[in-house]
Amino acid sequence: MKVLIAKPGLDGHDRGAKVVAHALRDAGFEVVYSGLKRTPDEIVREAIQEDVDVVGLSVLSGAHMLLARRVVEALRAQDAADIAVVVGGIIPPRDVEALKQLGVRHVFPMGTPLPEIVKALKKEPLR
Amino acid sequence: MKEIKAHAGFPIAPVYGPEDVARVDFERDIGRPGEYPYTRGIHPHMYRERLWTMRQYVGFGTPAETNARFKYLMTHGQDALNVAFDLPTQLGLDSDDPKAEGEVGRVGMAVDTLADMEEAFAGIPLDRVSVSLTINGMAAPITAMYYAVAEKQGAAAARVVTTPQNDILKEFIARGTWIYPVDPSLRLVADLIEFSARHYPRSNPVSVCGYHIREAGCTTAQEMAYGLAIAAAYVELMLARGMAVDEFAPRISFNFTAWGKIFEEVAKFRAGRRLYARMLRERFGATNPKSWMFRTLIGGGGSAFAVQEPENNIVRGAYIALAASLAGAQTMALPTYDEAYTIPSPKAQLIALRTMQICAEESGAADTVDPLAGSYYVEALTGAMEQRIQEELASVERMGGIVEAVRSGAIQAEVARQAYLYEQKIVSGEIPRVAVNCHVGDVPAEADRDVELYAFDPSAHAAQLAKLERTRAQRDDGAARAALRRVAEAARGRENLMYPIMEAVKAYATLGEIAQAMRDVFGEHKEAVKF
Repeated sequence: MKVLIAKPGLDGHDRGAKVVAHALRDAGFEVVYSGLKRTPDEIVREAIQEDVDVVGLSVLSGAHMLLARRVVEALRAQDAADIAVVVGGIIPPRDVEALKQLGVRHVFPMGTPLPEIVKALKKEPLR
Repeated sequence: MKEIKAHAGFPIAPVYGPEDVARVDFERDIGRPGEYPYTRGIHPHMYRERLWTMRQYVGFGTPAETNARFKYLMTHGQDALNVAFDLPTQLGLDSDDPKAEGEVGRVGMAVDTLADMEEAFAGIPLDRVSVSLTINGMAAPITAMYYAVAEKQGAAAARVVTTPQNDILKEFIARGTWIYPVDPSLRLVADLIEFSARHYPRSNPVSVCGYHIREAGCTTAQEMAYGLAIAAAYVELMLARGMAVDEFAPRISFNFTAWGKIFEEVAKFRAGRRLYARMLRERFGATNPKSWMFRTLIGGGGSAFAVQEPENNIVRGAYIALAASLAGAQTMALPTYDEAYTIPSPKAQLIALRTMQICAEESGAADTVDPLAGSYYVEALTGAMEQRIQEELASVERMGGIVEAVRSGAIQAEVARQAYLYEQKIVSGEIPRVAVNCHVGDVPAEADRDVELYAFDPSAHAAQLAKLERTRAQRDDGAARAALRRVAEAARGRENLMYPIMEAVKAYATLGEIAQAMRDVFGEHKEAVKF
């Protein structure tokens, strides 16, 4: 399974993104990391080019609702809605359900143990 | 017996005695407070003469909202400010830039023009209050705005005390608000240091940060080593411009964290102070004792805190305050207990301020200088930390020096590696975290739904846009355009950019316009993506 870990928006904190990328790689996933400050369109383009099964968005600035919506919409527009979108970062409890309603498959708010993230992604279907 | 290790990696013995400090030479290694090499602190009487400055990090929404929060904290005894800017401001984007969507006023206050800075500091006398500006890639224009506001208030330049963070190297390593490639970014750092040294003698034009690198995952020894390496890089930059070290080094300041093991943190600062003093005196030939002094803000860091049972973070904050005071902080700032959830609430911010005040006034930690000195453990630990910091400095040299290590991404990769190692130790329980991986109770704690979340006000964005439009309409557009052309010209040449930037901000050129004028010349940084 191949995963793109991506940092959308302007937030420059990528400790969490890189830790998750390491953990997934150790668990046998093929992992690509986008680097900082990617636009939703750039992320979707990279996801399609790299032919990934899952896109993991990391947002710590509070702009997760808008950015996740943009990525989900752009994937649909590119006929790539079968790429699963998951979101991690500073996600307040009240936003978890709202993100899922947008079409986000899993939300990993602050404090989620690494093994839980690995376990959840292992269950995702391949594209 | 279970093996216990310092965060820096070396083992901690169950007991220490005279044999562990046999090689310590009192005069050479420790000395007296206020004297070289300042192991015990940079002032002879430390807090008995002057308590640390309390400087919580504040800023959100519009400048008017931030101004109100500043005043709230100042009426409760906070004596200095530390301004948070939103991400578009930190990255040189105006509030109406499409890339700013969803981020305006979110993690700090939005600044588009001088008019915003005027509003943020309305009623706050800039010749009496010292203000830190957490700004890096955009430090030159934002500090120019600050100087312009001070001038408009009638404050004498010699009385303006401000600390723009202006540490771009750690942005490349850890915090991510870089804009331009490494070389022009360093030029901007140097332009601001030089300009401030010449015209604003009490400003601290760079605050070298180990803090964010530690937050990104490095060890205690790496935090200090990388900070010292970055400071040395800036000193070399200024020397290469022909400035004498004593012309600027007395105003270099630092920003470090102090969470985790209290005694290791204290030892880290004691070792760091003497390494810095020796570096400035022996390697760079500084003769002014003020150039030898490691003046630092010591703060917490959100990574000290946990999302589970957030009130426990108040207790963690008290230990951080204790460590910072025992370590000899000049300035203190604490994370707030709701750090893992939200932009701090006023209540959380007041608790953090009260925590520092209780430490200062009630605990006795501030009664005498460097109270842990002479402890077998702390002196041995100080020596061990010094050695480990030197090893990390040597490893930076093997990467080609700090600037090259930043350019190649080698240091970013090392920090990410350490972050992952740390996380693995949390998963395995090797590093215990109460209510996170030990003493968790029958049911693991979930995110606390009662934490008061910052209600981000989308109307703040609209208000900011309206104000930006108004300012653009009211300014002398020809003057603003001419000033922007001078910024671009200066960027192409070697002139200090602060002079044309000062003119541009006074003509109400927007931050985005100034940033773009330089971006057209400098281009943008391309990140070496490694993990």
